[in-house]
Amino acid sequence: MKKIEKKHPLAIRWFHWINFPVLGVMIWSGLMIYWANGVYTIGFGDSTILKFFPTGFYEALNLKYKLATGMAFHFFMMWIFAINGLLYILYTFISGEWRYLLPNKNSFKDAWKVLKHDLFLTKEKPLQGKFNGAQQIAYSGVIVMGIGSLLTGIAIYKPIQFSTLCWLLGGYEFARIIHFALTIGFCLFFLVHIAQVIKAGWRNFSAMVTGFEVKENPLTPNGGIDKI
Amino acid sequence: MKKIFNKIFAKFDNSTIENKIRRKTLLSFSFFGLMIFIVIVGWKNLLNQPKVDGVLKPLRTTLINNEKIVSATVYSNKNLAPTYPFEKAARQVRVNGNYGLQIAADTTNWKLKIVRKPGDTLMVTLAEIKALPKTELTYNFKCIEGWCQISNWGGVLYSVFAKKYGLPIDSAYAGLETPDDGYYVGIDMPSMMHPQTLLCYEMNGKPLPLNQGYPLRLIIPVKYGVKNIKRIGTIFFSNSPPPDYWAERGYDYYSGL
Repeated sequence: MKKIEKKHPLAIRWFHWINFPVLGVMIWSGLMIYWANGVYTIGFGDSTILKFFPTGFYEALNLKYKLATGMAFHFFMMWIFAINGLLYILYTFISGEWRYLLPNKNSFKDAWKVLKHDLFLTKEKPLQGKFNGAQQIAYSGVIVMGIGSLLTGIAIYKPIQFSTLCWLLGGYEFARIIHFALTIGFCLFFLVHIAQVIKAGWRNFSAMVTGFEVKENPLTPNGGIDKI
Repeated sequence: MKKIFNKIFAKFDNSTIENKIRRKTLLSFSFFGLMIFIVIVGWKNLLNQPKVDGVLKPLRTTLINNEKIVSATVYSNKNLAPTYPFEKAARQVRVNGNYGLQIAADTTNWKLKIVRKPGDTLMVTLAEIKALPKTELTYNFKCIEGWCQISNWGGVLYSVFAKKYGLPIDSAYAGLETPDDGYYVGIDMPSMMHPQTLLCYEMNGKPLPLNQGYPLRLIIPVKYGVKNIKRIGTIFFSNSPPPDYWAERGYDYYSGL
């Protein structure tokens, strides 16, 4: 016997889905800006492990020689990203949703169990409330990262008018590195998020559109009348 | 027929939980699909807008409005670029951009031409410029490409020069051009009058090399490198934005830091 369980409030669903294309444009335009001085690598000593990015990457995504376009889109979309993000944070606190979202003292042990389960290292299913421990850490984490992107973005956008902020973030060059690293972080989050959404199945995904999740009523699994 | 209709309507009959779920899901996903459609149509519409100086009009308007917001709120000429000791200045100063430097520089007969207003032109020699109090500045030069380099520059503060020669400081903009008109910039007056803006003739204590703008360039720390025009030929004033090389090519006219 199925039942409807309210899960994601309307406001949360709006903020979530708006962020998808908005962040997409921010990252795409950001890559056009980054290309103009695309110097970051990961390595140690004389050897390079990862180059951000090989020429083929820019060519495949048609990102070269588009600094002006990148900046124009970036400085337009940044308003929507910032306002949507700030409203989301405000709503999360005012509505009480933060109680589901923020990690508690058990979340870290819990997240470890989620990781082992998802890597097929254990069959033990971790506790799944609205969010499991790993989700709480990840979703709270991306909010902190979003704030970080906004602040480092402001610091590298107006390093003289916001010179104190820029100094606090390590100076222009370092703030640019953090801004870039956070973006890579968002991309990695996105990949894991999509994989997990696919793994969690249709009912879970549907809940982020409809706001409710279809659950089986455990007391009448054979279709008896639901008196609850 | 009746059987088919009954079958269809049965799906929307709220009395069973399955129908309720089906109806609510269909409604939500239809709205979701509609929103996606609107976003796609809106995005395509944006991309089909006319361009103003190399960038889509709504984006150009946003760039201008961003500048208005910054000017009205956080901008202050009291905000200075951080400065550094001379030892931190690069000995190998990076060279970028050769627009306006193509033809050989007239280094013997060069004079700075200043059009104070139509019909009132001033010609100033390098010697006269060097006679004014010299200011040295070691700061982190920022290229709009995203790199920066601490470098040392010497010259006369524009604000001092403007006072000495009675240049208009109530015009909204100053325009600066190379002698061959190959490169040109427009700068808002508050930024021109910023306490770190220099009419610069020295780099690392020696006369500017040709590729850094000999005999005279603008060093304006409150702007990106694009506004630091090399080989200044003419300065003039205007209440509307003078032509600006990179602004014409899609960049933010103001490029302020």
